[in-house]
Amino acid sequence: MTEQQSPAAVGGDVRLTGIGKTYGSFTAVHPLDLTVPQGSFFALLGASGCGKTTTLRMIAGLEEPTSGTVLIGGQDVTALPPYKRPVNTVFQSYALFPHLDIFENVAFGLRRRGRKDVKKQVEDMLELVELGQYARRKPHQLSGGQQQRVAVARALINHPQVLLLDEPLGALDLKLRRQMQLELKRIQTEVGITFVHVTHDQEEAMTMADTIAVMNGGRVEQLGAPAELYENPATTFVANFLGQSNLLPADVTGGAGEDLLLSAAGARLTVPRARCATEARRVHLGVRPEKITIEHGSAEVAEGRNRLAGTVVDSSFIGVSTQYLVRTEGGQEVTVFEQNMERDARVVPGAPVVLHWNPAHSFALDAAQAIDAGTGEAAA
Amino acid sequence: MSRFFTWIRAHLVVLAGLLALAYLVLPNLVVLAFSFNKPVGKFNYEWNEFSTDAWTDPCGVADMCQSLSLSLQVAVLATVGATVLGTMVAFALARYRFRGRSATTAMIFLPMAMPEVVMAASLGTLFLNMRIPFGFTTILIAHIMFCLSFVVTAVKARVMSMDPRLEQAAQDLYATPVQTFLRVTLPLAAPGIAAGALLSFALSFDDFIITQFNSGPTTVTFPMFVWGASQRGIPVQVNVIGTAMFIAAVGLTVGGQWLGNRRKATA
Repeated sequence: MTEQQSPAAVGGDVRLTGIGKTYGSFTAVHPLDLTVPQGSFFALLGASGCGKTTTLRMIAGLEEPTSGTVLIGGQDVTALPPYKRPVNTVFQSYALFPHLDIFENVAFGLRRRGRKDVKKQVEDMLELVELGQYARRKPHQLSGGQQQRVAVARALINHPQVLLLDEPLGALDLKLRRQMQLELKRIQTEVGITFVHVTHDQEEAMTMADTIAVMNGGRVEQLGAPAELYENPATTFVANFLGQSNLLPADVTGGAGEDLLLSAAGARLTVPRARCATEARRVHLGVRPEKITIEHGSAEVAEGRNRLAGTVVDSSFIGVSTQYLVRTEGGQEVTVFEQNMERDARVVPGAPVVLHWNPAHSFALDAAQAIDAGTGEAAA
Repeated sequence: MSRFFTWIRAHLVVLAGLLALAYLVLPNLVVLAFSFNKPVGKFNYEWNEFSTDAWTDPCGVADMCQSLSLSLQVAVLATVGATVLGTMVAFALARYRFRGRSATTAMIFLPMAMPEVVMAASLGTLFLNMRIPFGFTTILIAHIMFCLSFVVTAVKARVMSMDPRLEQAAQDLYATPVQTFLRVTLPLAAPGIAAGALLSFALSFDDFIITQFNSGPTTVTFPMFVWGASQRGIPVQVNVIGTAMFIAAVGLTVGGQWLGNRRKATA
């Protein structure tokens, strides 16, 4: 490999230090520190207006940070214009040049840097994204999915140290999205370049990324591997935005060894101390809907499990699972996802039920936070 | 009978189109026909007999070809001047916020809205007071001025509709600001610029009123020549020039369309 073709090996880690952006009196991004390790697939996840795109554009150089520095592969690029940064971007809605054909779109970056052997490289790249026979078409003659692949090819052909993706799948329909998610993940594994991916789709972020930074209101709420964020959310926003959570207001009543004792929803429950993100006495006890087992009220529950008694308010059959809405004796509503394996015909709306789960599957968050943070756009 | 009405209904759009086309083209066809006439007296209004005299000797009339050449020179220079200046103004107005922007937008519109004769007279007064001798320069300045608004309007509309992300994408792909402008911005704005330039040429070439007020004794443009000739009888050669211009314009338009279609088909 020549020197220019292996910048990823040189080091494509992105280090943001105290980087922030304000527009007049509006703060789009609060000063934040973020390190994206070289070769990782990193997702910035959040609802629209949370500052994730602004953060990405500051890495690309398309937005000037109000404070802080951007380091790419150890080099301070904060003062560099976009055309001097070793990064390339896949834009939302692709921004393909309408007056150039597919070949020239892909060749654009090579030509600007006066590279030799453009033809061969472009042809190889078009083969990689399976668009070889479309080289002489214009962008508007291609479908959305094909345009998306051109946009990826146009960026990747330059062997950037970091590839930035700004909601690249937003314009595609669901089926194509799923397909392209896997495709992008495959390409990333193949080329080994650092990917920074901005998305509002939590499922997309979890499918593709090694590390996710969940952003909210211009701040990073939590950073970690998808499973880590899902199983152990640090804030109510993350608990609600990433998947769905049941959050029950609870009081800490004492401790027993490794566990905390709580009183919530008219019952005594426990949670491991290790899964308690706060020292507060008032907490939100969280448990994911699929961790809960639902049984008819007459069933026996094994010792050591958290249990809540209640009544089924509503049930809906989803296919792979059934969703139940249960009102507990304490008056809270709890959502339960149950696999459709051995369904108890007696568990129907109006029936008394008992809910139980492994205490290690619950988590406790400080009750000072809004209990419904992150629910608004989570479904979108 | 009902069949007839069905046929009419099915072809109404085509009929309307043909009627409109006839309305537009008929005067030009009359000019074409009379360019082959051999009039009896000074006036070329009645058909006498077929002749190609005028076509074989287009410059046979005194001073006509000089005026045509002057008009073409003015039109080309005015088009270049107005297009360059107007494109820059359009970009400034579409892309930047600055003091006096809305005032400029309104003023640019003025030459299109104002009665031509008022503008012509006031320009003449201005040149007179500034002691600038009337002639080629004053005509050119006047023409660039009124063409400018058309170029600005055409280019600005185009620039406003351009996606700013395309230029960002170019910069992201290592294009310097100059390369971005030449490789992306300019080609994307080109249809607007071409439209503005074509309009400028057409407007400048056939302008009479403003030119009349701002030309000197030796600078007689083609429209002024035709006007002067019409007092004593228009020579057949004027029809020849008119027809030639018409054919050139149609040829350019059709050729442009054909090129565009071919590019689309092969792409």
